[in-house]
Amino acid sequence: MRRQLALMAATLATWLLATPASAYMVYVSNEKDNTITIVDSTTMKVIKTVPVGQRPRGITISPDGNFIYLCASDDDTIQVIDTGTLQVVGTLPSGPDPELFTLSPDGKVLYVANENDNLVTVIDLATKKVVAEIPVGVEPEGMGVSPDGKTLVNTSETTSMAHFIDTQSHEIIANVLVDARPRYAEFKPDGSEVWVSSEIGGTVSVIDNATHEVTHRITFEIPGLRSEAIQPVGVNITADGKKAYVALGPANRVAVINTQTYQVEKYVLVGQRVWHLAFTPDQKTIISTNGISNDITFIDVASDEPIESVTVGTLPWGVVVSPK
Amino acid sequence: MKSMVPNSLWMFIVLFWTAVNVLPALAEEAQPQAQPAKPPQQMTEIRIGYLRAYEPQLALSLLDVPPTDIGIAGAKLGISDNDTTGSFLKQKFDLDIAEIKPDADAVAAFDELVAKGDRYVVADLSAKQLLSIADIARDKGVLLFNVGAPDDILREEDCRWNVFHVAPTRSMLADALAQYLIWKQWPRWVLVYGSHDNDHLFADALRRAATRFGGKLLAEKEFMDTGTARRTDTGVIQIQQQMPVFTQDLPDHDVLLVADESEVFGTYVPYRTWLPRVVAGTAGLTASSWHPASEQWGGSQLQTRFDKSAGRHMLSKDMDAWTAVRSIGEAATRTNSGDPGKISDYLHSDQFSIAAFKGQKLTFRAWNLQLRQPIFLGDDKIVVSTSPQPGFLHQVSELDTLGVDQPETKCVFKK
Repeated sequence: MRRQLALMAATLATWLLATPASAYMVYVSNEKDNTITIVDSTTMKVIKTVPVGQRPRGITISPDGNFIYLCASDDDTIQVIDTGTLQVVGTLPSGPDPELFTLSPDGKVLYVANENDNLVTVIDLATKKVVAEIPVGVEPEGMGVSPDGKTLVNTSETTSMAHFIDTQSHEIIANVLVDARPRYAEFKPDGSEVWVSSEIGGTVSVIDNATHEVTHRITFEIPGLRSEAIQPVGVNITADGKKAYVALGPANRVAVINTQTYQVEKYVLVGQRVWHLAFTPDQKTIISTNGISNDITFIDVASDEPIESVTVGTLPWGVVVSPK
Repeated sequence: MKSMVPNSLWMFIVLFWTAVNVLPALAEEAQPQAQPAKPPQQMTEIRIGYLRAYEPQLALSLLDVPPTDIGIAGAKLGISDNDTTGSFLKQKFDLDIAEIKPDADAVAAFDELVAKGDRYVVADLSAKQLLSIADIARDKGVLLFNVGAPDDILREEDCRWNVFHVAPTRSMLADALAQYLIWKQWPRWVLVYGSHDNDHLFADALRRAATRFGGKLLAEKEFMDTGTARRTDTGVIQIQQQMPVFTQDLPDHDVLLVADESEVFGTYVPYRTWLPRVVAGTAGLTASSWHPASEQWGGSQLQTRFDKSAGRHMLSKDMDAWTAVRSIGEAATRTNSGDPGKISDYLHSDQFSIAAFKGQKLTFRAWNLQLRQPIFLGDDKIVVSTSPQPGFLHQVSELDTLGVDQPETKCVFKK
């Protein structure tokens, strides 16, 4: 037995050494089995599975890559995980049932959606203190912050609105009605538009950040699939602002949208119930979490072809990639 | 990916059409909220009435005694949710509650609600009571939202253009159950039913479901209500002997169906049958518009919110009342108006849909104003499945495999 272990350790060491230094680490939150899975972006192999708090969902990483922030929804807390040791090194006062959040571009402030209290909580990461609580619509969920850090957009699922919030005054400056159950808000890298997905409405609303008007409403049509099965959730836009990727939930596909024409150019078949997406920092790959099939899919951004699916934990929910 | 080419073209057409036709309307709709700098508009008040026939009820199990605020607690949460959304649109919602006895005349209580300014009334009434106020409501420009009567006839021969039905029909519930039993390949059924009118109606719905989905009803038997006390200290001993004897002469079967809405014997059937068989219907595996343990599709958020406001589990009638109040709120939000005419037009239009934690948007069937909805199948602890079941296909919406479909409807609206 001991010899076997030694052999395994040796194999692991060799394999680790063989891994190119440029590999990114992919962190996946597994909602059902209370773990995060760490996957090497180059080898596309699982490196480690780490136990965390209960019902981990929203996941993000500090700009320096040193800390992961994780919503442990059923523990009513946000856990801070050291990416070096993969140990939980602290918690943040999130308010009850945190689901999704977003970091300010400078990495100093965390904006959290508290579904049960109809609040957006603003947390200062240096002091770990709540700076402000902003009342929003029923069941706040999606959170997006503008690249200049001045505007925060929160979506409330039952109210069906995108709330535009001034990050200086913490006041709502506009409420924009979108289709039913808005789940996610993503700014274009130039800050001109916010893309909001509506899960039950089955659409993505493109909102002008200056006028706060819906300028485009993107619909989806997949042959052989009834429209109710198309439920947009995660939205990610490439750093050059040219393509948007939308996870379509039980449609099991990721839509690729041309941001100039607002047309869907392709539907990429991934796994079952695709929820969220993340790019690798080199923008060559986008990774989807497929909840029901318990895997993640690596998609090649140049060709928009799926490269490989990797089994992770049970009900993978969120995904984030290390910046280096 | 060659097949994508015509699809992209189609998408383009759709998007082009959307851009030309829908966007100006959307922009117009979003405008009032997008101009916060302007002086605040007047608060619009939208009053909703809640009329119910109620008296404390007994049940065979203490656990099944309905809470006194059943339905009302759901409506109150709906009002609170509407108000949160309304705070961004200068809309305020109020609930007026009126209560009558189960066999009482409903007209006077209804008139009082209308006098208070209620143009929408959530009705938790019997079919007879609902019909007695339906045409009065029409003449006064009031919309009714039925959450209490599962009778198919209210959506068929007795349908009304001003009555929306949020509660599912008996036929929807029976079809939901039947689809699951067929999916399980348990097609051989026997039926035992109670002796009251409602029990007979649910038995009818089960017979219809058997015909529609290929269940074989091998035998039927009526359980006569002889008026014995429902709960006694020693009753259990007798029941343990009664139920096997009552089911002894039924032919072999996969599932024993129970139709006992009146709560006379049904709850006693599981585990006491002559043959060891699955029980479904009003006991065992039951069909309903909500389940207090549903956590799917964001359901846990609603359950938490409801528990926080009502201090108990959310039941089907609470969900129906919440959905009714939210539907009115949704129409007020989307039209950005408190005008009953506009709200009514929107609710009657194909624009309307409501998200109600059932995994897809819910809409009203245009031919009889019944809310299309998935149906939960569960026991007293947990959701077992949700119908429609996979494989039961439909050319319009799979939800229309549940209940009376358009080609069969007997509803003719007199507008």
